[in-house]
Amino acid sequence: MLNVQQVSGGYSSEAVLKDISFDVEKGELFGILGPNGSGKTTLLKMLSGILPIQQGEILIHGKRLQEYKAKQLAQIIAVLSQHSSQSFSYTVKETVSLGRYAHQKGLFQTWSNVDEEVVQRVMKQIGVARFQHKNIQELSGGEKQRVFLAQALAQEPEILLLDEPTNHLDLSYQKELLDFLKQWTAENDLMVISIFHDLNLAGLYCDRLLLLENGRINIDHIPNEVLREERIREVYHTDIQKHPHPKVAAPQMVLLPKVKNEVIDFHLDESRLHISNEFIMLTSLLPLRTMSSGVIGSGTGWHQTFVNRHVNKDYNCNDHRSEMASFLKSKGFEPSETVGMMTAVILEDVVYKRYSGEGFSIFVVVTAGVGNAIDASKSEQHSFDIVPGTINTWIFVTGELTEEAFIQSIMTATEAKVKALNDLKVIDEVTGTIATGTSTDSILIAATQSGEMLEYAGTITPLGKLISKAVYQCTTEAILKSCKRKRK
Amino acid sequence: MRRLSILKFLNNKYLAYIIAGIFLVLSILLGISIGTVSVPIFTIIKIITAKLFGVISLETIDPMYSSIVLNIRLPRVILSGLVGASLAIAGAAFQGLLRNPLADPYTLGVSSGASVGAVLTLFFQLSIPFIGSFTLPLLSILFSFFTIFLVLMFASKIERSLRVETIILTGIIFSSFLGAIISLMIALTGDELRQIIGWLLGSVSMRGWDYIKIILPFFIIGSGLLMFNAKELNAMSFGEERAQHLGVNVQKRKLLILTAGSILTGAAVAVSGTIGFVGLVIPHLSRLLWGPDHRHLLPLSIITGSGFLILADLISRTIISPTELPIGVITALIGAPVFAIILLQRKRTERSG
Repeated sequence: MLNVQQVSGGYSSEAVLKDISFDVEKGELFGILGPNGSGKTTLLKMLSGILPIQQGEILIHGKRLQEYKAKQLAQIIAVLSQHSSQSFSYTVKETVSLGRYAHQKGLFQTWSNVDEEVVQRVMKQIGVARFQHKNIQELSGGEKQRVFLAQALAQEPEILLLDEPTNHLDLSYQKELLDFLKQWTAENDLMVISIFHDLNLAGLYCDRLLLLENGRINIDHIPNEVLREERIREVYHTDIQKHPHPKVAAPQMVLLPKVKNEVIDFHLDESRLHISNEFIMLTSLLPLRTMSSGVIGSGTGWHQTFVNRHVNKDYNCNDHRSEMASFLKSKGFEPSETVGMMTAVILEDVVYKRYSGEGFSIFVVVTAGVGNAIDASKSEQHSFDIVPGTINTWIFVTGELTEEAFIQSIMTATEAKVKALNDLKVIDEVTGTIATGTSTDSILIAATQSGEMLEYAGTITPLGKLISKAVYQCTTEAILKSCKRKRK
Repeated sequence: MRRLSILKFLNNKYLAYIIAGIFLVLSILLGISIGTVSVPIFTIIKIITAKLFGVISLETIDPMYSSIVLNIRLPRVILSGLVGASLAIAGAAFQGLLRNPLADPYTLGVSSGASVGAVLTLFFQLSIPFIGSFTLPLLSILFSFFTIFLVLMFASKIERSLRVETIILTGIIFSSFLGAIISLMIALTGDELRQIIGWLLGSVSMRGWDYIKIILPFFIIGSGLLMFNAKELNAMSFGEERAQHLGVNVQKRKLLILTAGSILTGAAVAVSGTIGFVGLVIPHLSRLLWGPDHRHLLPLSIITGSGFLILADLISRTIISPTELPIGVITALIGAPVFAIILLQRKRTERSG
């Protein structure tokens, strides 16, 4: 319904936009992205008929934009600018009512019942009805923006153009506004074209994105394709990283701040390890990137303190997370910066080893007990019963790991652990076969994310080799220690 | 619900018109009544109704009174009323258009243009055949037209879209230039000096019915044009781009409003000289009292503007009677402090809010 065909134009004789072509259909939320000066606002102004089109055509319903009269155009297109100047103290209702200008006919342009209904309806929708008699100059930035949105909607447009609508708005207003627009677009089968500064918001809400670069289209595609790391890095000339949204299938971008590359050569070894009867603790000088299955701090994150706590075999596991958190607090640890695990193993029997590779090193800490050993291939025969984990493996890496390397580290460590159990002939007491682990084993991979780049951690990569060796040896030793203690 | 809101709306606006109307009627009556010969208000009402409807015979009234009222005071009051109304509505329109509550007809250089026309007439003792004494007002109107035309042309040369900022700047350039020309002519003038200065300060004395006939058609055309553009003015006071987004044909409407404003200013300057502050203070005050909606602001400015100038004229001719002060002095003396107070209060409420 909106077709832009090879359009060039701009403020003065020199064209800011060059050879722009794209189509937008009804029901689409279409985002325009681009660095400062790439021509986003110029494009929007040309679409709204403010700036002249030097070359090419903009067609709405197949009719050239220039052929529409101002009033006709205002019945199709409404615009919400970034900020609106208001020198006089109109009331909210007066301001919203101006949106009906294009729909009023005749010399005296009388205010009809329809006009009044529309104005009241949009004011209710946007939530400005309750202060409709207030003076707009008394409103906050967010409220003003909503009043002007109500004004634009009072035009009953088919196309809504927005210039960075979330600018100056706090988080809740941003979300509210965009949620509303998304819903409004879908329900009324209308079109929203919006400039976005925030790539993440654009990726979250838009159906399609147009990326401008120096007045030309870089790409016009779905968000996942437009928001590619390399593309954004190149267009915006900045370091960013892409990662998925935790809840919604939408790409998100994070900035990589320029950090002082002070290479603190901090050793992750036994000197940082503290062992008592109650817990084993390791504190790092800097936060470490972690991937773990602990009770606290599980999943991925950044953590500085690592605690493996001894609990009795009859530990009540009902609300172990909050119990663990309060335990950590009582010991002076900050739960949000800590990865916490539990074990029933006597902590004296911990085994740790440090290995160095070329440009990197790993430090592995294992506590193991196999009273609860299970053969994973026959685990169906076991009843479900959570008891504290019995093989807890920590792997600290001085080096930079990719996401792949994190996952491969876990695989490699698990394979090494299984092999250790196999070689020691640890038996699953229920099935009578050789066990592969225990029912509640936990693992932690923590990396300093500085120094040597370690892309992979498969079993025959330099890192994988060290991990297999260390985990195999540590697990074997730890199991032997615990068996010895049992026999005593 | 709907009926209720209409009632509320009407009550509110009715009150505004009633208050403004009472103010105007009182000003007119006072303006006619007070002077070297004091005319009782009841007599004034009788004379006017007699003249208008012919119900009561004029012969029952003292001929001196009817002569003073009909030939001297009434035309003077009507003329000052029309001048005040013209300046006030033009000011209201310019302020709305330029989105600047401190703008007035002078910002665009319109009144300077009109002044140049008038001063030229006085300086060269110009007299166009057939119209004789009307040369002065006609040339003033022509010059104000000419000036606004030049200002707009110059501004569009700078920038095609004729942005408000550009127009104001161009207006200031033209104002200063034309002001310099006036000063130059005053410096070169010998005997006519007093007449020119007196005219520049503004006066509505000894003009008679003829001047009313000159200003009236321009007043009707100008204010009519503005009233028909009240909604567009509302939209444009939110900025020209927004007005265009709302569906206003900005270029055309802007031209119409500027033309109407310069007709009003030109005609007012022509018949009374330069009278400052009316176009600035009255719209501002009306907006403060009754809100910025131009559909009501424009007519209310007409009513209060005329009342205000009638009172100012009354003060100017009575305060140090028998000598008459130029009316521009009075409007400035009243207007400037009022304006300062408004400005201070605005600043204060802005700070507290």
